[in-house]
Amino acid sequence: MKTFLEQPPRNGDETVVKVAIEDLNVYYGATHAIKSATLRIPRQRVTSFIGPSGCGKSTFLRALNRMHDLVPGTRVTGRVLLDQTDIYARDIDPVDIRHRVGMVFQRPNPFPKSIYENVIYGAKLQGVHRRSDLERIAETSLRQAALWEEVKDRLQQSALDLSGGQQQRLCIARVLAVAPDVILMDEPASALDPIATSKIEDLISALKAQYTVVIVTHSMQQAARISDETAFFHLGEIVESGHTTEIFTRPKQKKTEDYITGRFG
Amino acid sequence: MHREEAFALWVLRACALFLVVAMASLVAYLGYQASGLFTIDQVSLGEFLTSFRFDPDLNHVGAAVFLLGSLSVTGLALLIGGPLGVAVAIFLSEIAPPALASVLTLTIELLVGIPSVVYGWLGLLVVVPFVRATSLTSGFGFLAAGLVLGVMILPTVVALSLEALRAQPQSLREGSLALGATRWETICHVLLPAARAGLGVAFLLGIARAIGETLAVQMVIGNASVFPHDLFHAAATLPTEIVLDMAGAPPGSLLQHALFAMACVLLGISLLLVLLVRMIARRS
Repeated sequence: MKTFLEQPPRNGDETVVKVAIEDLNVYYGATHAIKSATLRIPRQRVTSFIGPSGCGKSTFLRALNRMHDLVPGTRVTGRVLLDQTDIYARDIDPVDIRHRVGMVFQRPNPFPKSIYENVIYGAKLQGVHRRSDLERIAETSLRQAALWEEVKDRLQQSALDLSGGQQQRLCIARVLAVAPDVILMDEPASALDPIATSKIEDLISALKAQYTVVIVTHSMQQAARISDETAFFHLGEIVESGHTTEIFTRPKQKKTEDYITGRFG
Repeated sequence: MHREEAFALWVLRACALFLVVAMASLVAYLGYQASGLFTIDQVSLGEFLTSFRFDPDLNHVGAAVFLLGSLSVTGLALLIGGPLGVAVAIFLSEIAPPALASVLTLTIELLVGIPSVVYGWLGLLVVVPFVRATSLTSGFGFLAAGLVLGVMILPTVVALSLEALRAQPQSLREGSLALGATRWETICHVLLPAARAGLGVAFLLGIARAIGETLAVQMVIGNASVFPHDLFHAAATLPTEIVLDMAGAPPGSLLQHALFAMACVLLGISLLLVLLVRMIARRS
C-alpha cells in the first residue's frame, strides 16, 4: 500500500494536502543546505521533521513561511504550494503568507510587553481595534494555548515575568490569535523542562483538530508521541517520509533505520 | 611576586584616590567661589536663578536669561538631532545592507572626533548665512545655534541609539515578522519600545553634550544677554556667557562670583543627567 505522502493530493478527503513542497533547494551563500526536497504535508495533522543536528530540518521549516527572505545571501528555489498557491510566486507578499503560516521558535521570544499586548499583537496589526474584539481574541487564544487559567488575573503584567514554559505557550497563543492555517514549530520544547514539555505536547495534539502543525524536533520519542507523519532529514535531503508508525517500525531506508535505532545522530 | 602585587595595588589605589581628590577639589573650589555671591555680595538664590536682569555694573546678576537660553538651545538641538539621530540609527541597524551600514557607522564614529571649532566655523560659513538669507536678520542667534548643536549631538545620538537597537535579539524581530508584521511595523511596535531605555540614554547624553557646548555655540548665537522673543535673535547660554566674561571679571568681584555660580548650575545639570542615565540603566 502506498503511504499518504506518496499519494496525489485529493480534495474532500480527510487527508487533504495543505502544503506541497516540490524540488525545494535552499542555499546559504555557497552552501547547499536543502537539496531538492519534495514533501506533502497533510491538513489537520501533526507532521514532524527528525534528523541529526545540521541536517537541514529547521532550514526546511523556515522555507515554509519565507523566513529566509530576511537573511541576506540566502536563496530558495523550487515550489512551496500552500493550498495550491506557490508562496514563492512573484506576486505573493511574504507578509500575507506569514499571516497564514505562523511560527513558534526554539526559544520562547515574547515581546517585552504585557501578556495581553503580546497575544493581541498580530490581531491588532491585521486591523482589529475594537477593545471587546481584542479581549475576546486574547481570551480564546490563551484558552486554546492552555494558559488562560494561569494568567487571567495578570494580563497586564510583563510577559517576561512568566516561566519559560508559560512564555512558550504565550508565543503559541500569540500565533493562534492571528488565526493561521498552518503552525510551524522549531523545536518548541527544547529549552523547557519535562513538565512544560508535556504541556506543550498535549497542546500540539489538541491543536491538530483545527490546524496543520509542522514540528521540528530533536527527540524521536517526541516525534513518535505526537506526530501523524514523519519526515527524516539527513545532510540536507529528505531520506524518507511517511506515517509516523511506519517510519518508526518499518523504515524502508537503511539510513532511517540506523538513525532511529540510535546508530548515529 | 607578593611584594610586586602589593605595590601594584597601592599604585592603583593612589590613582583612584587622585581622581577622587581632583574631582572633590574642583567641586569644592567652584562651590567656594560661587558661595561668595550669596554671602559677600548678598544676592539671593531666588534672584540669581529667576531674574532676567544681568547688569553687573549696576549690581544685577540674574542668570535666568542664560539658564533659559541654555535650556532652549539644547531643546532645539534635541528636537533636530534626536529624531534624526534615531532615524539614522534605525536605517543603519534595520534597513541598510551590511556593507553600507559598516561604512556609515565608521563615518558616524569619525564625526564624534571633529573638534567643536570646526562645527562652529561651518556654522559661521554655512548656517548663519542660510538663516540670514531666509529670515532677513543678522543670522546669528537661537536658530543658528540650535542647528549647529543639533548636528553636533547627532553622532552621539546615532551611536547610542544604534547600540540600543543592535542589542535587541534577532528572535524579537523574527517573532514579530513571523506574526505577519511588516518590517516597519516590527520597528515601530516591537524594536523601538524594546529599546526605549537605550534610546532614552542616547537622548540624555545628547542633552549633556549640547548643554555644555561652548565654543561652537558662542560662534553663532550672537551673544546678547537678553532672552530673545523669536528664533532669529541673538541670545546667550550659561557656557557662552562664562567664556565671554571670565577674562574681564576681577577676582573676588560680583561678576566673577556670578560666573562661578553659573558654572555650578551647569555642573548640577550634568550631575542630574548622569543620575538619570544611571536610573534608567539600573531599571532595565
